[in-house]
Amino acid sequence: MTELAERITGLVGALRAHGVPIGTGETVDAARAVEALGLADRERLREGLAATLLHGPGQRAVFDPVFDLYFPRGVGGPDGGPGDREELRDRLARALAADDRALMARLAVEAVDGFGGYGSSPGSDGFSAYQTLERLRPQTLLARVRADVRGGRGSGAGFADRLLDDEIRRRIEEFRRLVGAEARRRVAERRGREEIARRGVLPTADRVDFLYANRTQLAELRRTVQPLARKLATRLAARRRRAARGTVDLRRTLRSSLSTGGVPMRPVLRRRRPVRPELVLLCDVSGSVSGFSDFTMLLVQALHDQFSKIRVFAFVNRLDEVTALLGHGRADPEGLGARIHAEATLTGWHGSSDYGMALGEFAERYGEAVGPRTTVFVLGDARTNMSDPNLAAVREIAGRARRVYWLNPEPRAQWGTGDSAAPAYAGLVEMHECRTARQLGALVARLLPV
Amino acid sequence: MFTSVDDVAARLAETGYLASPAVATTVFLAGRLGKPLLVEGPAGVGKTELAKAVAQVAGARLVRLQCYEGVDESRALYEWNHAKQLLRISAGRDESWDETRTDIFSEEFLLPRPLLTAIRGDEPTVLLIDETDKADVEMEGLLLEVLSDFQITVPELGTVTATRRPFVVLTSNAGRELSEALRRRCLFLHIGFPEEELERRIVRLKVPGLGAALAESVVRVVGALRAMDLRKAPSVAETVDWARTLLALGAGTLDETVVRDTLGVILKHQDDIQKAAAKLDLDAL
Repeated sequence: MTELAERITGLVGALRAHGVPIGTGETVDAARAVEALGLADRERLREGLAATLLHGPGQRAVFDPVFDLYFPRGVGGPDGGPGDREELRDRLARALAADDRALMARLAVEAVDGFGGYGSSPGSDGFSAYQTLERLRPQTLLARVRADVRGGRGSGAGFADRLLDDEIRRRIEEFRRLVGAEARRRVAERRGREEIARRGVLPTADRVDFLYANRTQLAELRRTVQPLARKLATRLAARRRRAARGTVDLRRTLRSSLSTGGVPMRPVLRRRRPVRPELVLLCDVSGSVSGFSDFTMLLVQALHDQFSKIRVFAFVNRLDEVTALLGHGRADPEGLGARIHAEATLTGWHGSSDYGMALGEFAERYGEAVGPRTTVFVLGDARTNMSDPNLAAVREIAGRARRVYWLNPEPRAQWGTGDSAAPAYAGLVEMHECRTARQLGALVARLLPV
Repeated sequence: MFTSVDDVAARLAETGYLASPAVATTVFLAGRLGKPLLVEGPAGVGKTELAKAVAQVAGARLVRLQCYEGVDESRALYEWNHAKQLLRISAGRDESWDETRTDIFSEEFLLPRPLLTAIRGDEPTVLLIDETDKADVEMEGLLLEVLSDFQITVPELGTVTATRRPFVVLTSNAGRELSEALRRRCLFLHIGFPEEELERRIVRLKVPGLGAALAESVVRVVGALRAMDLRKAPSVAETVDWARTLLALGAGTLDETVVRDTLGVILKHQDDIQKAAAKLDLDAL
């Protein structure tokens, strides 16, 4: 196998490991693309490989860093010794002012080489983007760059100049990204790119674990709500269409066959009354699982026209209805959690979640919300903080509802450890592990009633 | 079709389509590998225009299939001309049924629709399947045979295979998730919002009368709006519209009043307008 072919298959392998489905046919296409494009222009190569290997825009976030590892910009560090910090900051300020991408990329290379290295013995040394940015502090250049740009333009500061700060911030953000990519590349040279491609590249948003997602990942996740909801809506609509076809109504078929002498020429189908299901959501919104609940609530809200009625209840240890806060058109994903906490009574005299209390309160106060057409989803990790799980309340809800599903963001292996009452609840209602947006999408598509 | 990526970019530019490096590279590959090109992206970034521009530079005829909910085989592939068939049957009274039957299912009574038209021709063809996401899932199954083997099976006539492969462009706004099988058969291209520099060139090209300084301000403001997380971010088409509006108004530079009065050209939702006005420090509307 030639070195290039090995590189392409390595790239494909790394992408597959991150959940990008790539078949052999696409790999062959990628190789043909490389042949057609040549290796001279790296950005063309990137676009060509992306076009042949990827199938959707979401995969690009994984592809770009992996590509940077397998087809690096160069090898080793820059020529010449480490420069002076102030001098590098000067040049960076000029590059930012001119919005010169090529220069910014070169400076990122120099910066990581000069300020990102740590350790001295082989095996424990490496390069850190964090350390580079800590020493270089590009964010403090804002005022200087602004003055530079203004100075260069002369006095005629127009309307667009009020956008300048945001633009400079975006350029600095771009530089930070470049430093990150460069540090990964340098580390990959030492440790082998397979390992870095596996561990150093963030998974796509829909595969991030709800419980461990950071702020930016959660924000990214919220942005996937609309597309995911659209996808689910088409799937539900198709299922509904199929289900509406119905079965033969024997009695009416025979009745109508009287005019043809008892020969049933035309089968009469049983008419279905299209009933949109009702949905009740019980969400644990305590700190530990709030990301999961927020996302699920948003998803259900985006799906609202698929149901005749949705009611959403949030709880920590007291329970309150929050349907109104999720009302149509009030989709402000950022502030949802905060709004729920501000406007609903969710906590009593302590701040940790209490499933027994909350479920009991629901059965007692909102029992009428659950009827034979209602599907109930309970969202939470079933960690009761050692209090009574109140299985009777769950039994009561399950008895009244059409179906009850419990979605648990914890890995199945952890159910029942510590204060988790998951096995006890799972004995009464169907409980599913639901750790990522991808899993949630699949579950919702499967579990939602037609 | 094209000799190199640069060739693609240069020739598309001649028709007034300024291609980003990603677009030029992918178009070149689609021609070279002979694969259909699936173009996704927000509305108004030039997906359909791309197909038209490619047809123009290649000197090819453009066959367009506009998808919509309920588009079916008889709209996409072919139809039998029933009226003509009936005429034929009633005209030839003295021949046997077998003769008539073989006759009425021949080329003469076939009405080719876009897909069959694109495959049968001998001249260079660009087949544009527009807004694929609007069509039903069944339609995708139909496209699979066409896109992988460039052939169509008409039960009465047999299989029609393309003698000359058309250059296929499928567009989608991602309104519905296209099937994995369809995606696998295509090269994938996502056209997003262009880089600032490219958008400036597009604006200058489409609105020649606009001054360089004003064009730059326009693009910067649009860029800022896109970063704002609005319900409908302005696309290139809107940038160009706005530039035209400013030119028509005779605005020499951007100032608060002009922006406030014309914000409706670039933003299509009232709450977006309010949000943008607040962020841009415009006075209350």
